[in-house]
Amino acid sequence: MNLVLAKNETGRALSDSFAIARDRLPGAGKVAEARSAAFEAYERTGLPHRRIEDWKYTDLRALMREVLPLADAPDAAALKRAAAAVKLQAIKGARALVLVDGVFVPKLSEVGGLEKGLTIRTLRDVLETGDATLQAQLFSPDNDNPMVALNSAMITDGVVIEIANGVVLKQPLQIIHVASTPAAAAMSTRSLLRLGRDAGATLVESYVAADGAKTYQAHDSLVVAIGDNSRLDHVRLVEDSRDAFNISSAVVTLGAYAHFNTFSMTSGAAVSRYQATITFAGEHSGVETNGVNLLDGRQHADRTLFMDHAVPHCASREVFRAVVDDRGHSVFQGRIIVRPDAQKTDAKMMTRALLLSDEAEANNKPELEIFADDVTCGHGATTGALDESLLFYMRARGLPEKEAQALLIQAFVGEAIGCVVNDDLRELAIAATQRWLEARR
Amino acid sequence: MSLLEVKDLKVRVEDNEILHGLTLTVNPGEVHAIMGPNGSGKSTLSHVIAGKPGYEVTDGQILFRGEDLLEMEPNERAAKGVFLAFQYPVEIPGVTTWNFLHTALNAQRKTRGESQLSSPEFLKKVREVAKSLNIPQDMLKRGVNVGFSGGEKKRNEILQMALFEPAVCILDEMDSGLDIDALRIAADGVNALRSPDRAMVVITHYQRLLNYIIPDFVHVMSKGRVVKSGGKDLALELEASGYIQFEDAA
Repeated sequence: MNLVLAKNETGRALSDSFAIARDRLPGAGKVAEARSAAFEAYERTGLPHRRIEDWKYTDLRALMREVLPLADAPDAAALKRAAAAVKLQAIKGARALVLVDGVFVPKLSEVGGLEKGLTIRTLRDVLETGDATLQAQLFSPDNDNPMVALNSAMITDGVVIEIANGVVLKQPLQIIHVASTPAAAAMSTRSLLRLGRDAGATLVESYVAADGAKTYQAHDSLVVAIGDNSRLDHVRLVEDSRDAFNISSAVVTLGAYAHFNTFSMTSGAAVSRYQATITFAGEHSGVETNGVNLLDGRQHADRTLFMDHAVPHCASREVFRAVVDDRGHSVFQGRIIVRPDAQKTDAKMMTRALLLSDEAEANNKPELEIFADDVTCGHGATTGALDESLLFYMRARGLPEKEAQALLIQAFVGEAIGCVVNDDLRELAIAATQRWLEARR
Repeated sequence: MSLLEVKDLKVRVEDNEILHGLTLTVNPGEVHAIMGPNGSGKSTLSHVIAGKPGYEVTDGQILFRGEDLLEMEPNERAAKGVFLAFQYPVEIPGVTTWNFLHTALNAQRKTRGESQLSSPEFLKKVREVAKSLNIPQDMLKRGVNVGFSGGEKKRNEILQMALFEPAVCILDEMDSGLDIDALRIAADGVNALRSPDRAMVVITHYQRLLNYIIPDFVHVMSKGRVVKSGGKDLALELEASGYIQFEDAA
């Protein structure tokens, strides 16, 4: 092991924090081996930096500098603050599953009265006692990505959700990640959602800070397997503290005739990245993956997507919008690969950025790699400012400038929010936009 | 006190002076037509009254009910009762006409310190106004001016004029892009809004519009000034002899 590479910018040996944490981390045997392998993979690069192509716009060595030690388990006072935050975020009618500082908290969650065919366990429980198949699936995300590897090594808890064949959940599931520690500390979590055949579910992921939590790091990942002829509707809302980091990954696999509609909105955190890998493993499936970044101050948000058309007859749509004010920085990287066998693939990606100030920045990097010949693929990217002639028209009708801007911004992000099929989820996204716009006024 | 007083107004855009000392007085109930060749400064006058950015007023003033209009933001002017009907109304994709009008009306009412209209209250009001102007309701559900014909865009302007109930309406080249039938419909809408309390300033290149909207006063602009004022017959005179005679006068 190369100890020089194992140090980060501040010189603290990364292996120290893993060594210290190791005894607290759940799972022995195969799980412990998987953690060690993941940590070794992470140590080969350490925090990714701009010389790694995939991270050139999000240089974590410069932005994040170091990986903080894991947060302590929340005490009674922390749980009280977390409960207040949960109260604000919980969606009416949804089953709340709450993680506080990286620990699943049954008391704040709804764990009883499970619908038939729905199983919910904690990650800790699965790692300590669970079956080898589930554990293997939990460690399936690729350690080539250093932040995935780091997360794999350090995961403390999460929720493991299984939905049986033929079961369509009526009640949406909401995983709420709450940071409550006032200390500069990290949380490392991973959740798994397995949908059997002919199944359906709605999942919301929310990231928030309790009162007093500021400079934390949230490292999270979601592993999703959607069985044949099943459907998942998914929304994630990142409203972390403005001093926090959120580095999250999603690894999604679809069977045949399956459908995945996902929407991600980032308006919180100082620095965030959401990297999703979506793989079509069965034919005739469809994905709509949409997102919005709403940034101001000095926020940095990166959305990186890898869409893998590995099999024929699948369709994917990506609509991404970024609104960037002040000295904010939005990054969109979208890569679509169409493998040699994936004939009749229909893949489109459109990303647009709206810059509200001269110092705002947006990087768009769409990439198409096509190895099949009978496909329909396309991508487009634009960056621009608000149209002055529209603003004047609206002001001449009585709207103050900020309100006129707000209407135009709503319309701009509405193109992505409009792709959310589920009415309740769409309302959530509209409300999150509203909160951002109101904070701007 | 006059409703709108433009006094010796001088306006520049970058290094070019467009208005060289323009004076105009408008009283309640009056309809003024401002005519003139291309480049005479007609649209500049309308833009400066409404507060469009990009114009520098170097001298003179504009008073609205005695208040200095130039000190106000465009939205404050609208709330006070100044309405500009655009020559080319813009399209606003993703914002429904209904939502836009509701938000704008409530913004004006808020500026004036009046209560906000709820959705049902607004719906009732806008339906009545649309009905009185023979404007189909489905226009309200569409994006603001998106995919509207030239005539529909002008009718949307008139709908807004009726809804906001301004004290002075500036109609900037309302006839551009309209065929004769659309022009008549638009003019009927404007005439329906004439009242003893409300003044209109009709800016036009052609006399044709004034066959439908009969003005009380006609002003001829050339090279950034009003060079001749008169009654409605002045428009007919212009139609016969053209603007050439005023080029030298200016």
